[in-house]
Amino acid sequence: MSDLLLELFSEEIPARMQRRAAEDLRKLVTDALVERGLLYEGAKAYATPRRLALQVVGLPAKGQDVREERRGPRVGAPQAAVDGFVRSAGLTSVEQVKVESTPKGDFYVALIEKPGRPTVEVLAEILPSIIRAFPWPKSMRWGAASRDTGSLRWVRPLHSIVCTFGPETEEPEIVPFEVDGIASGDVTYGHRFLAPQPIRVRRFDDYVSALEKAKVVLDADRRKEIILADARNLAFAQGFELVEDEGLLEEVAGLVEWPVVLMGQFEERFLAIPGEAIRATIRANQKCFVLKRADPSPSPREAAGRAGAGGGSTGSEAAPSSTMPGAPHPQSLPAASGGREEAGLANRFILVSNIVASDGGKAIVAGNGRVVRARLSDATFFWETDRKTKLEDRLEKLKSIVFHEKLGTQYERVERIAALAKELAPVVGADPALAERAARLAKADLVTEMVGEFPELQGLMGRYYAAGEGENASVATAIEDHYKPQGPSDRVPTDPVAVAVALADKLDTLVGFWAIDEKPTGSKDPYALRRAALGVIRLLLENGVRLPLKTAAGARAASVADDLLAFFHDRLKVYLRDKGARHDLIDAVLAPVSPSPPVGEGREGGTAPAGTTPAVASDTGIPPSPSLPHKGGEGPNPLTADDLLTVVRRVEALGRFLETEDGANLLAGYRRAANILKAEEKKDGAGAFDGAVDYDLIASQGQIEEKLLAVTLAKAADAARASVAAEDFEGAMKALAELRPAVDAFFDKVTVNAEEPAMRVNRLRLLSGLRAATREVADFGRIGG
Amino acid sequence: MNAHAPVSMSPEKSFQGLILTLQRFWAERGCVILQPYDMEVGAGTFHPATTLRALGPRTWNAAYVQPSRRPKDGRYGENPNRLQHYYQFQVILKPSPPNLQELYLESLAAIGVDLALHDVRFVEDDWESPTLGAWGLGWECWCDGMEVSQFTYFQQVAGFECAPVAGELTYGLERLAMYVQGVENVYDLNFNGGEGEAKVSYGDVFLQAEQEYSRHNFEHADTEMLFRHFRDAEAECRALLEKGGRGERHLMALPAYDQCIKASHVFNLLDARGIISVTERQSYILRVRELAKACGAAWLKTDGGGVA
Repeated sequence: MSDLLLELFSEEIPARMQRRAAEDLRKLVTDALVERGLLYEGAKAYATPRRLALQVVGLPAKGQDVREERRGPRVGAPQAAVDGFVRSAGLTSVEQVKVESTPKGDFYVALIEKPGRPTVEVLAEILPSIIRAFPWPKSMRWGAASRDTGSLRWVRPLHSIVCTFGPETEEPEIVPFEVDGIASGDVTYGHRFLAPQPIRVRRFDDYVSALEKAKVVLDADRRKEIILADARNLAFAQGFELVEDEGLLEEVAGLVEWPVVLMGQFEERFLAIPGEAIRATIRANQKCFVLKRADPSPSPREAAGRAGAGGGSTGSEAAPSSTMPGAPHPQSLPAASGGREEAGLANRFILVSNIVASDGGKAIVAGNGRVVRARLSDATFFWETDRKTKLEDRLEKLKSIVFHEKLGTQYERVERIAALAKELAPVVGADPALAERAARLAKADLVTEMVGEFPELQGLMGRYYAAGEGENASVATAIEDHYKPQGPSDRVPTDPVAVAVALADKLDTLVGFWAIDEKPTGSKDPYALRRAALGVIRLLLENGVRLPLKTAAGARAASVADDLLAFFHDRLKVYLRDKGARHDLIDAVLAPVSPSPPVGEGREGGTAPAGTTPAVASDTGIPPSPSLPHKGGEGPNPLTADDLLTVVRRVEALGRFLETEDGANLLAGYRRAANILKAEEKKDGAGAFDGAVDYDLIASQGQIEEKLLAVTLAKAADAARASVAAEDFEGAMKALAELRPAVDAFFDKVTVNAEEPAMRVNRLRLLSGLRAATREVADFGRIGG
Repeated sequence: MNAHAPVSMSPEKSFQGLILTLQRFWAERGCVILQPYDMEVGAGTFHPATTLRALGPRTWNAAYVQPSRRPKDGRYGENPNRLQHYYQFQVILKPSPPNLQELYLESLAAIGVDLALHDVRFVEDDWESPTLGAWGLGWECWCDGMEVSQFTYFQQVAGFECAPVAGELTYGLERLAMYVQGVENVYDLNFNGGEGEAKVSYGDVFLQAEQEYSRHNFEHADTEMLFRHFRDAEAECRALLEKGGRGERHLMALPAYDQCIKASHVFNLLDARGIISVTERQSYILRVRELAKACGAAWLKTDGGGVA
């Protein structure tokens, strides 16, 4: 077995691209090998700022020999056909072909033997094309070769390629190839400043150790470990605690080949500005970590993973045109989404340099300190300037910020949100005046200096400024919290004023974009409307708020209310499914509410009628739930589907009910009834059994089980309806459960398709009534498995 | 390496010494040392020696200082780092040499940055100029956490693919000087290296200008006139492009491009006056870009652009 070592040595690769590129390299090379029948035992790829490296172990030295018999034309076929066959088999004369007799006659047969190709040869063939077509997010041309616009593209200029292959026990050979004048070899280079000399390498093991000697840590995860451990230790030794930040750590590990962790400091006086602003400044501009004063009584807090996901920058409301207006910043700081971690920040920072400096890092620390101080001076200036103008006095400026071309300015938006928040306030138990006030001030910080510089501080700065101006505490909280929750794991506001403004903000966004027909499609959701809808759902459910969404939306744009409600239902399904709820039960409870379709219009099970939730499957990836074919009729109480809290309670009650024996049996009974009805409706036409049950007929001619069902059904349906009306779903389930013995007995003793046509129709009407009764709580036809 | 240079020529002791050292360094490496372009521009890239010379097949190596005007960045002389007029040192090498990063690092060493002592880093920074229809990939160059230069491999200029690609280095001279002189406020920079009475600071040279131009840029520039100038420059640019066209050749690419530069600067002034709305802004940028593209196309029909 042999191993491959590949290194692509270039100028500095952007930190954010390194991990993905290493993974792409591994996949592209191993896929290409496997495709050519070369299986391997293991492969791992690495990245530093200046190199991508790949190790593939356990490859065969050559591919398998292939023997193939190929049948050609019949003996006696035209000469041209025979010659063609001989040529296509790679032979020169018909003498080299044998003749095989079959019951159908004699045929020429060529034996084609293809010896397996040496792996080195295969590698030399596949690697240049992989390098040429490498999927960098952005790539470039360079140098003299770029006179030709078709020249090699790489993320930054590619300088050299190491490529060796061979068994563990022998001297490996160079896999010979060339890409745009760069020939593969066995020479790499160490750290740019600490060990720039060329290094001859043989295979992965000596490659890694040679690099290590030349001050290059190849593995990004190891660099991260080193940085984290050193940073923690350095902090601890001086009585501080590192404020961990996974996104920053990942980035910093992509900026150095040889991490050297150092600590710098700034003047105490800068601590007067909010910790979040200090952190944002130091993180964004300097890629440095901040420290807290070590807490003698450690408070419980989640360590890693709290930090923002890191990664690309995104828009904020402050920059509405090209980016997402209204998009809360996904790179939200832990402090903004959790507790006040920065409350106890120390006047220190941790920087990660790339060299072992001859003075022990003094100049580097001093230089970084100067930049940090300059930046903090700016931040202090912003902080002080901002506080000279009241938030309220900034509103005028929002008139010049376009939220969206078709949705007006931020100012107009604030007006709408304020009106809506005031209106929603009683529903969530908030003071309408406070809600209106908070909404009015909620976007004012977008025109502050600090948020202009650090968009991710939107809301948070507003809270600081509002508190400083003596606004009500709930108002200040609401200004920060109205952007929340920003995703499935973000904190949900609980202060009623904040809940009112958060709901108003999101509903205004959704209604607005719906009204101008800018809905999410497929993977495209530039305005983060799915997240906004999820935010509304979490705000309602986690605060136990009952809000008739359709009414709230409809008051503003009646035309979109139904469609928007359907969108909420989709998002609710995704939300509940993520929480582990059965999606079929959600479907059953949310089953379309619509009048009966016209007679004769057959409907396949599971297909929703127009105007309800047609987009479920395509939008969410949830397959349409399996369900028995059924006819549209009365679905669950239409009012409740408008109120998501009630929907969820119903789903929960239904789930519990189905877990009971009564529930399971009733479902079986329902299915039996639905199947019979389906079969009979095919004969008699849809809706043929919708009429009222003829109780006189049952009384005079019916069987006892039939009578029992008729009586129980009438009672149960009434009870269920009453319970649903009172929102007592457990009660409704219980009422349905009462049906079970009667249903069981009916199917046991009664022949539905009686000889006598009137009897048959009446019994089918009874079953239709049973089906209708279950719909008081849910569409049982949509319940799966 | 410059220990023996007189203070007036020393990159660590005087602002002018920094400029002179960089000029000498790049002159020794084969660059044409040009003088600043005699028009107001927002960055050294606007100099025709970069924008236009980056287009076409001909080899071109040049370096020059370019005073750059960013009307919006004025701070009335009150901010220690921000200026509405500052100097860029611009190097353009076409095609980009394979050792461009090494050359850059050597130039830092030449101005007194000891690479064994300082942490120099190449941090991703993709460059794009919407007004020039240009983009490239490269880095911000950091020295101990401070951005001191921009390093770009031009991929497209004036909407045309660069073939070959030019490498562009832009040194922020004030920042670099503040760094090597160890000064926190730009106005405290020693301009001439003199001591005591003989010292001329950056503030002595430029503070009054920063104050006056901030007033001009933000408060008093006549916007009616500027709008008119914009229209005039745009019209003249188009007219020159029209009049200079001779089929496969063009005879007035450079004068036309001057008008494009003029329009761009006038737009920056209008922008600083705060009377261009967000949507209008886009359309102005687009109008300048259209001029830049047309000038680039004309340049490619000239000797400099490679027509034999």
